[in-house]
Amino acid sequence: MLYAILCYNDEDTVWSWSKEEDAAVMARLGVVQDRLTRAGKLGPSLRLLPTTAATTLRKTQEPPLVIDGPFAETKEQLLGFYLIDVADLDEALDVARELGAANPGGSYELRPVARFNPDRRSAADA
Amino acid sequence: MTDLAWINAALTAARPQAIGALLRYFRDLDTAEEAFQEACLRALTAWPKNGPPRDPAAWLILVGRNAALDGVRRRGRHEALPPEDVLSDLDDAEAPLAERLDGSHYRDDVLRLLFICCHPELPATQQIALALRIVSGLSVKQIARAFLVGEAAMEQRITRAKARIAEAGTPFETPGAAERPERLAVVAAMIYLAFNEGYSAGDGSTRASLCDEAIRLARLLLRLFQTDPEIMGLTALMLLQHARRAARYDAAGGIILLEDQDRGLWDGKLIAEGLALVDKAMRHRRPGPYQIQAAIAASHARAARPQDTDWAQVDALYAALERLQPSPVVTLNRAVATCKVQGPAAALEMIEPLAARLSGYFHFFGVRAAFLLQLGRKEEARVAFDQAIALANTPAEAAHIRLHLDRIERDSAPAPG
Repeated sequence: MLYAILCYNDEDTVWSWSKEEDAAVMARLGVVQDRLTRAGKLGPSLRLLPTTAATTLRKTQEPPLVIDGPFAETKEQLLGFYLIDVADLDEALDVARELGAANPGGSYELRPVARFNPDRRSAADA
Repeated sequence: MTDLAWINAALTAARPQAIGALLRYFRDLDTAEEAFQEACLRALTAWPKNGPPRDPAAWLILVGRNAALDGVRRRGRHEALPPEDVLSDLDDAEAPLAERLDGSHYRDDVLRLLFICCHPELPATQQIALALRIVSGLSVKQIARAFLVGEAAMEQRITRAKARIAEAGTPFETPGAAERPERLAVVAAMIYLAFNEGYSAGDGSTRASLCDEAIRLARLLLRLFQTDPEIMGLTALMLLQHARRAARYDAAGGIILLEDQDRGLWDGKLIAEGLALVDKAMRHRRPGPYQIQAAIAASHARAARPQDTDWAQVDALYAALERLQPSPVVTLNRAVATCKVQGPAAALEMIEPLAARLSGYFHFFGVRAAFLLQLGRKEEARVAFDQAIALANTPAEAAHIRLHLDRIERDSAPAPG
């Protein structure tokens, strides 16, 4: 069963990590990711740039409004996500706990995936 | 990362907002700083035990304010407030405070704090030092290293700067619609100066950390003023310039010009963020100097190879910058692009009128010499290169010019045998 693990954290804090701290967190997450990859459980994952670089298209009016910044002003922001292929919620929680131990602060939201379209860019190029 | 490292990052991140709010409350910089310091000490004992609070800044403001008031009350033999480990368990005590802090208060607190550091009576280097100390929370030792001065001298500078600000009086009133953009412009200029202090020092030196800090402050400012295109431009400009840091110097510390840099060493993450911000800023159709400079940097960042650079666009952008912010240095930079589009004769003609005003400027003679060389006027080029060396600011700059002189010598020497 496919789960998305949505990573939320206070981006002011995360972007205040020193380069060394950031590299150490990435290295620890890398260990967990490698293990999941070998087990055939890790799909695409990504880390997002700060919400200051975000733009939001609000469809509350016609034509839709383009707004600078993220969709919602929140204490913790969506900073990235993983897609994992696991047996059930318990296993998804195990993965999230493992990632959480490698990554200080924040929360993970586990959301089952309704539909997954793989990246088809390379196929279109060929 | 240990819990302690996370707590330190959280304290650093919360610092501008917390000190800004405490300053609004106490109207005294020293009291605000001391209150924050006290709150940090208590956080270091309370947070590992109780877990970090949901809103670190609100916690620090509440605890810092109570600690400072407690001190006042103790001195005045009044009743003490409850200890912070009771407070820290009360999530609802934080919530209303955080509520009040959201929105404009918070924005103006941080802006005020930065603006106070930029007092016009202070020289630029003191403004930067003060901002790094108060807003960024760097230690005096770190700042002293960044400015290549002794710790005692830097301590004295900061103390004097603070005294001067206290004398001058602090603008505590909430800025009006007219003052806010003025304050923002002053703060932006200070942040860009801090960046340039680090940028001119080169990668790997302790001064280069100023670039990271300037970018962090710019992102903070942008979080507060999400729709300001010039703050987007400033942030993008610094990101795009900083992206080249690993490619700007060779192993011996020699300067590598943009055209000769290994573009594979450019930081793709910083470029992506910078380009996104340039795109966002352009949508506002309110061009400003930072946006235009960022757009120039973006033109270079978009070119996979030097020959892919859209020099006509760079030339047009510099022309726009010249109109908005006329300066001989801008014209000099424009001439480099003009040389690529129209050739060295037109470029030389463009910079000749600048000679009187730029007679003490290293880059003027370096650029002039390069144009002369392209026109085959070797003797004049040699003279200009010599003038450039005499004005070089760093050994790396002088060494770079010597390379050109050596090349002229080699080319003019009679063929061997």
